[in-house]
Amino acid sequence: MIKLDSLSKHFGSTVVLDGIDLTIDKGEIVVIIGPSGTGKSTLLRCINFLEQPTAGTMTVGDLTVDVKKANRAEILSMRRRTAFVFQNYALFANKTALQNIAERLLVVDKWPKEEAYRRAREILDQIGLGEKADAYPASMSGGQQQRVGIGRAMAAGAEVILFDEPTSSLDPEWVEEVLGLMKQLASERQTMMVVTHEMSFARDVADRVIFIDGGRIVEQGPPSEIFYNPQDPRTKDFLKKILATNPV
Amino acid sequence: MDVLNVDYMLGLVPVLLRYLPLTLQLAGTGMVLALILACLFAVIRVLRIPVLNQLTIVFISFFRGTPLLVQLFLFYYGLPQLVSALTVIDGVTATIMGLTMHFSAYMAESIRAAIVGVDRSQTEAALSIGMTNGQMMRRIVLPQATRVALPTLMNYFIDMIKATSLAFTLGVTELMGATQKEASGSFLYFEAFIVAAIMYWVVVELLSKLQNHLEIRLNKAYSR
Repeated sequence: MIKLDSLSKHFGSTVVLDGIDLTIDKGEIVVIIGPSGTGKSTLLRCINFLEQPTAGTMTVGDLTVDVKKANRAEILSMRRRTAFVFQNYALFANKTALQNIAERLLVVDKWPKEEAYRRAREILDQIGLGEKADAYPASMSGGQQQRVGIGRAMAAGAEVILFDEPTSSLDPEWVEEVLGLMKQLASERQTMMVVTHEMSFARDVADRVIFIDGGRIVEQGPPSEIFYNPQDPRTKDFLKKILATNPV
Repeated sequence: MDVLNVDYMLGLVPVLLRYLPLTLQLAGTGMVLALILACLFAVIRVLRIPVLNQLTIVFISFFRGTPLLVQLFLFYYGLPQLVSALTVIDGVTATIMGLTMHFSAYMAESIRAAIVGVDRSQTEAALSIGMTNGQMMRRIVLPQATRVALPTLMNYFIDMIKATSLAFTLGVTELMGATQKEASGSFLYFEAFIVAAIMYWVVVELLSKLQNHLEIRLNKAYSR
């Protein structure tokens, strides 16, 4: 379970997140939508402590931290409970697909080599890239790289996987295979928070859609309500624009 | 043609070869120590560790800004005057100290540039899976920076091998010092120094071959 209590993030005098309150149940699939520059990515990055939030408290699993007072150990611990999938994949260029997935098990969780690689191989098979075990990122397609990126996040055994626009950098031909893998994870009830502009994914897969604007949660609910019966004018406006270019 | 005494030159080869190990030892030890120091400086600079960062900047500025020969004389002749305990410093030690500090200043900058050049998203990814800064440096950043820095570092190593010849000014009989002695005994300066030159040249060529092999190996991960 994840619980955010009035989580804020300021960059200098700019308020990017303005007191976010949010509870996400284990196994829930949450999709976050909203105009660009409204704090969606920052929200995910704060949960993973890639950005240090300015104020608020955060609970992931059995760990609660006051973000202002979080020490190094707590930050590491928070990062280890959350996994991140980057827009530009961000695979380790000096490691093979298998090593990218095993890295966390070896280095962070200190698994024995054999076990770590066995688990990494299982994950590679799950993401359909068993034959790419020894390939380096430079020799893989964008779609394959992003699937390995997701595989790396799966290896963490994290409470939640945070997806930051996972298909935005992909050529259109690779989008489906990545969304397919995400749907597979969703069907296994992996807790997920997804920032995306893929509205059909949101509609078909999300348990809950959250609309963020100006660093605040404006509206949230099941996709059927948000997409077909939005209440707030800002939600209506955003959906009208995005559905014109990106129909459900 | 009595201009060039070939027999003398051939006879000189085994004599001078005996001094090559010392030359290589000076360069090898200097290189290892300079690399360690340079990595330390580079990390201090990248992480901007307070105080150490400023000290490192001054150190690099001084050792890049003054001639190696001046530095060697400072270590060998100058320091013992200030600190009497250092009178025991011999020419070999002073040379290694000079080479280490001089070249670490140069290498620190190229290592720093290589570290900064590693894609920021990869360092974020390393942190996101819960690695510590140290783990991130060791496993992700430094291996990739090594590949980028390798050609320049090898250049410095080559430069350092040649710079060991300055040790003869501190009375060290390495390849250059030995050649100087042989030449002033036989008065065949051209023959003696051309043999020494070829020896340096061959060593550097062998090193370039090694560099090619290393580069091919390190680039394996990055080719499509």
